[in-house]
Amino acid sequence: MENQVPEIFSIIPHTHYVLLSTILFVVGLIGVMIRKNVIIMFMCIEIMLNAVNLMLTSTSAYYSHSGGQIMVFFTMAVAAAEVSVGLAIIVMIYKNLKTTNIDAFQKLKG
Amino acid sequence: MIDIIFYVLSALTIISATMVIVSKHPIRSILFLVLTFFLISAHYVLLNAQFLALVNIVVYAGAIMVLFLFVVMFLNLNEEVEKVRHYFPWFAAVISGGSLMLIITSALDKSVLLSPYPVKDYSIGLVENLGSVLYREYLLPMELSAVLFFIAMAGVMLLSRKEKVD
Repeated sequence: MENQVPEIFSIIPHTHYVLLSTILFVVGLIGVMIRKNVIIMFMCIEIMLNAVNLMLTSTSAYYSHSGGQIMVFFTMAVAAAEVSVGLAIIVMIYKNLKTTNIDAFQKLKG
Repeated sequence: MIDIIFYVLSALTIISATMVIVSKHPIRSILFLVLTFFLISAHYVLLNAQFLALVNIVVYAGAIMVLFLFVVMFLNLNEEVEKVRHYFPWFAAVISGGSLMLIITSALDKSVLLSPYPVKDYSIGLVENLGSVLYREYLLPMELSAVLFFIAMAGVMLLSRKEKVD
């Protein structure tokens, strides 16, 4: 057994994948905090989900254990369901309020 | 060679993810998000996770982004550009996000990553191997995700139904 880790990790340290995922996650987090458009906030949540997916995949490849990649598959399934329901809610709120600004959504407060 | 590919790919991914949150028009944000998903798929190919690369393109860039694009065109948001820009949310967001990144990176420096398992094959990400694991060990979550999709479909139909005016 000449090399113990998958080929790519002999060139690129696993830490760099962790750093890349962290940067992507933080970009998504900043986007959720600064944007007012609900649809763009939703897209930033997708960026954060993808950062976590990348982290899981790289760790799963590093340890050669398929659990991480199965987890990514289920994350994608849940994200698809979440997006469909969330966008339906946004469309319904837009029909009532005629805007997608998050500040207008505080009318939903009970 | 492969390290150049990795670093160029990473820089492009971060730049296009940043463009998603700074572009003013929702359509441009969506197109940059599609680009980000394709670049992440390229990362998956680099990691030899071919099944996930394919599923990422089909599910994210195909289904989810078309849904987003459809909703943005349906709502006709193009005229509505965010006008008033305050600087305080930017400062607050960048500072809090930066401190989160600082915490994670400093924890990464201190942490001891476990040594990787002795590897017999490097092909866990291929469709054949991942599929057999998925249908053998993770059969119950697989079936439950079908139930989840059914509930999501029923919920969307319930949400978008016309309210009866009394």
